[in-house]
Amino acid sequence: MIAVNDLSVRLNGQLILHQVSLKARPGDVTVLLGPNGSGKTTLLLSLSAQITPQEGHILLADQPLAELKTRDLAQVLAIVPQEHHPVFPYTVREVILLGRLSRVGFWSQPGARDREVVTEIIELLGIKHLADKPYTRISGGERQLALLGRCLAQEPLVLLLDEPTNHLDFRNQVMILQLIGNLAHRQGLTVLLTLHDPNLALVFADQVILLAAGRIVAQGRPADVIGPETMAQLYGLEVGMLCQGEQRLLYPKLT
Amino acid sequence: MRRRPWAYWLLLLSPLAAFLVAMQVGAYPVSWKAWWHLLTPGRSQEVQIQAIIFDIRLPRIVLGMLVGVGLSASGATLQAVFRNPLVDAYILGLSAGAAFGCALSVALVPALPIQVGAFIFSLIAALLAFTLARTRREVPTLSLILSGVVVSAFFTALVSIIKFMVDPMKLASIVFWLMGSLSQADWRAVRQAGPWILAGAALIWLGRWRLNAMSMGEAEARALGVDVGRERGLFILAAAVTVAAAVSVTGIIGWVGLMIPHIVRMLVGPDHRRVIPLSMAAGASFMVLSDTVARTMVGGEIPVGIITTLFGAPFFIYLLKRGGAESWSL
Repeated sequence: MIAVNDLSVRLNGQLILHQVSLKARPGDVTVLLGPNGSGKTTLLLSLSAQITPQEGHILLADQPLAELKTRDLAQVLAIVPQEHHPVFPYTVREVILLGRLSRVGFWSQPGARDREVVTEIIELLGIKHLADKPYTRISGGERQLALLGRCLAQEPLVLLLDEPTNHLDFRNQVMILQLIGNLAHRQGLTVLLTLHDPNLALVFADQVILLAAGRIVAQGRPADVIGPETMAQLYGLEVGMLCQGEQRLLYPKLT
Repeated sequence: MRRRPWAYWLLLLSPLAAFLVAMQVGAYPVSWKAWWHLLTPGRSQEVQIQAIIFDIRLPRIVLGMLVGVGLSASGATLQAVFRNPLVDAYILGLSAGAAFGCALSVALVPALPIQVGAFIFSLIAALLAFTLARTRREVPTLSLILSGVVVSAFFTALVSIIKFMVDPMKLASIVFWLMGSLSQADWRAVRQAGPWILAGAALIWLGRWRLNAMSMGEAEARALGVDVGRERGLFILAAAVTVAAAVSVTGIIGWVGLMIPHIVRMLVGPDHRRVIPLSMAAGASFMVLSDTVARTMVGGEIPVGIITTLFGAPFFIYLLKRGGAESWSL
């Protein structure tokens, strides 16, 4: 579970997040929507303790974030970063194995159990063919999967993803979101991710949070929150909507 | 990445081969037969051969191996911690710092033990190079190398000042020692430097898997549960101890720490769980073989630092030129 109370973040004197409060439940995929610069990434970075907020409280799985040590935090929360440039060409398997770091003693090496976990994850993600390839020479989508695998190897309770659909083609976007959804629903993971496409949020989210200029403007079920009016307001754009039974599709109205 | 089990065993066993070669070759060749005589109890043993083997050649080989282990382990560590395949103790100025510490203790402050002086200043050099290069939580490849050059130059200048101040007798020994040589090797040097080198190398060896995480970058390492500040400090400390101890008995021997980890990575991939132990093994053999060349190639003896530089400098250029091939670029 993620519970955020009155979170305010200032970076270089600029107010990025303003009294943000939100809740993300275990077993749900919670999607953050908001235009560029609305503070989505800052929110994720605050949740993963890479930014220290000026005000507010963050609870992760009922534990105050401020009291978690780096190592304990890694056992509770995993984050898939937006972009990542490794220096050395580790294999995908070696990258995923690093997720076990917080669960292995300081002066120890990963053991049989850790390798087992990694093998299971590789099978779960269906990336057996990538396992022994250098992480630096695979496509962006494959790298996203490898990083997701590394996060799963941490066996976290909370999973954060910053634009997991970035650089992915249509099929891979759907594939990775479906996978994340299954993980949340089956394993009771609390998932919070950012997206740019409201249509994907309509399909995959259990809960949606709208963020504009560092403030939360709406929070609720996707069908309630995502509509032509709210999207028009959020992105400053004329938006239309097509409905077919339960399905909805938003599209930009060009003038 | 290809596993290459043969490469693994080749590197791991190479010190043994290097040892066997180095024991036989020298100003006074010791044949297999003499060896056999020596190792068989009851045979009449020549005192002369015994002295050559146990008092001259053996300590020199042991020291060479220790220094090789220390320099390559610290090189691999610094490359991982700084996320920069183009650095080692020599390029970052740790060696120059250590040299200054030694010169200071030899020439001006006898109360300061040589190893301690070397350690303090190599640590200062490492922190200087890192702080100078770090901008906005990043340490760009090129700025780190440049700040290493600056730090190196600074400490070399300080050593020069000391050279000016000491008497000519001491000067000659400082100059020869700075070139990097194993010619002063004896059991005393092994006792002085060995424990420190082994202690630093042991720390690095134990933490080898964590170096993978460190090399992912600060934010990534933290997300994986690494206390970045503390662990980076620990690894730099371990590298500085090893380098300082090595420099205090052999002077500055460059390029080993850069070259060896690279060759190892090319053969068995970048995972530090393999790179660290194999770099130690390969470093030991490379050092001993280079020293064997140094003491047998020409009539007299040339400092081994010259040999390693002759190998290392072209290798560095080669690495620079192939750039992105190993996924890093400037």
